[in-house]
Amino acid sequence: MSEKSELKTIPHKILAEASKAGIDINDPVSGTLLHIDRETIYSKVNEFFNGKIELLDTKVALQKYAWLNDYMWQIIDREKDEFTKKVATDFSGGYFIRILKNAEVTLPLQSCLMITERGLEQKVHNIIIAEEGSKANILSSCVQHSAAGSASHLGISEFYIQKNATLNFTMVHNWTEETKVRPRSTALIDDGGTFISNYICIRPVRDVQMYPVAYCNGEESKVSFNSILYAQKKSSLDVGSKAILNGKNSRAEMITRSVSRENSMTIVRGLIEGNNAQCKGHLECKGLILDDESYIQSIPEMIARKKGVEITHEAAIGKISEKEILYLMSRKLTNDQAVSMIIRGFMDVGIMALSKSLTEEVNNMINLVANAS
Amino acid sequence: MHILEVRDLVVGVEGKTILSGVNLILEEKESYIMFGPNGSGKSTLINTIMGIKPYEVSSGNIVFMGEDITNKSVDERAKLGISLGFQYPPEITGIKLSDLLKICLDKDLKTDFNQEEKSLIEAFRLSNFLERNINVGFSGGERKRAELLQMIFLKPKLLLLDEPDSGVDVESLKLIASEIQKYIENSGSSTFIVTHKGDILDYIKSKHACILLDSKIHCFPEPRHIYELIKKKGYDECVSCQEKIIERWNNV
Repeated sequence: MSEKSELKTIPHKILAEASKAGIDINDPVSGTLLHIDRETIYSKVNEFFNGKIELLDTKVALQKYAWLNDYMWQIIDREKDEFTKKVATDFSGGYFIRILKNAEVTLPLQSCLMITERGLEQKVHNIIIAEEGSKANILSSCVQHSAAGSASHLGISEFYIQKNATLNFTMVHNWTEETKVRPRSTALIDDGGTFISNYICIRPVRDVQMYPVAYCNGEESKVSFNSILYAQKKSSLDVGSKAILNGKNSRAEMITRSVSRENSMTIVRGLIEGNNAQCKGHLECKGLILDDESYIQSIPEMIARKKGVEITHEAAIGKISEKEILYLMSRKLTNDQAVSMIIRGFMDVGIMALSKSLTEEVNNMINLVANAS
Repeated sequence: MHILEVRDLVVGVEGKTILSGVNLILEEKESYIMFGPNGSGKSTLINTIMGIKPYEVSSGNIVFMGEDITNKSVDERAKLGISLGFQYPPEITGIKLSDLLKICLDKDLKTDFNQEEKSLIEAFRLSNFLERNINVGFSGGERKRAELLQMIFLKPKLLLLDEPDSGVDVESLKLIASEIQKYIENSGSSTFIVTHKGDILDYIKSKHACILLDSKIHCFPEPRHIYELIKKKGYDECVSCQEKIIERWNNV
């Protein structure tokens, strides 16, 4: 492990690749961790945030803290499927992020998992602990170098949101048309804790299947799952989220915007399970289908086990409204300009409660894909 | 040269004919007020001039400043200088009013409005709406104010207004209509306004009232008088009696 290596020694190509997914070493951040292929090559906390956050490779962290073993495979069953089993047998590290008690981390923390080796099956295990009363924004980007050909990424992530902590976790996927992706994530949310999990997948990918789960066990615990999915060039996305509302006054919200085109398939799942008489949930899925070769399916599920559970959902799939296009054209935009502007507007990052700099970052990414279409 | 000439225009929707051979000539620097009963095809005509679907021209021509635009796309017509104020402008999520205003001004989305633009936005009482999604949750008056401001920013030579006074409170109407009049005077452009009401005549200086009846457009002077006459006698009687008067004058 060479996590002390300086970022400037990292090949320029890799940095360029990472910047496409929003990771930029020149950005003002609270910390950066880069894991390439099988090892973490860089991890550094901005001096200003020393004592507020800890950012280490998971294997390094396990050596440092014996107690961390109590968090490994605690909320994800290692026998869950072939992918969890593989990572349980052998993994190359991952990121351990700890936001210390009552720390307010004003700048985003960035971590990047990258694949550059041809045919690699990357296996990582991430642990994120937001300690009591802490507040932080994390941008996690997963990138595959375009030269890596077909590869796969298996990522285990366990999130612990302790009492009154707020964590805004934004994951940006930037794979290639040949990557197979299987993230397995679970979050445990304690009293008064808030977990906002944002997922952005707007570049072509071969196949993503994920279904992160949040257990709102604490009183007044909250979870939001927000996704912006732009499936293009034969991408296949099966993206869902599950919220188990066990705590009194616990809340869940799931919002998805999905666009499907060019032979792509998108399945958006969402399940909210209300197990407490005082809990609430809402699912919302909006889809835009742009051609006859693509597919969008929305599967909202709601379970109530107590009188008093309130869960709602709304879903709508359609084409771009002709009236909206003509309206924008009457303002001198061409048909193509109008269409990309509507798509861009549809993939509204406003749903993600991001910090200003991250909003800009994500907007730039969305502009790039929408303009190219 | 006429600013707009519509010749024998036949327009339909899904195979159903709505306008069967309409003729209309609009002169430069003139304002026209068009009246007509519901369903006479006023909106169809005004939308067809802009090129808005689903209205399909099956025969006839639309000529704008000497150029046949019958087969031109909406954006091409807009670039030539025609602008339509929609009766029901759509809500578009994710597009901010400020962005659309900048598009109308042909401005980079990253540059700010200049002082003159800012004061016009303020005059239209839209400063607090700039960051809002276009028309989403706007009241009738707010919608129309946003609509008219966009039109003025587009600097058109011909303004087509589809019921700018419907669903609008008295104050908003006064604001909108006086700003239109100001723009027309300063720019020397023409306007063609579809309306059911006469209130707008308090602000728009117009010498032409047109009535669309059975695909025929009858134009008379003195819109205020014509409006009162329609109120008293209805569209049909107004048209036949006015035509008799004109005939008599012609025979003198």
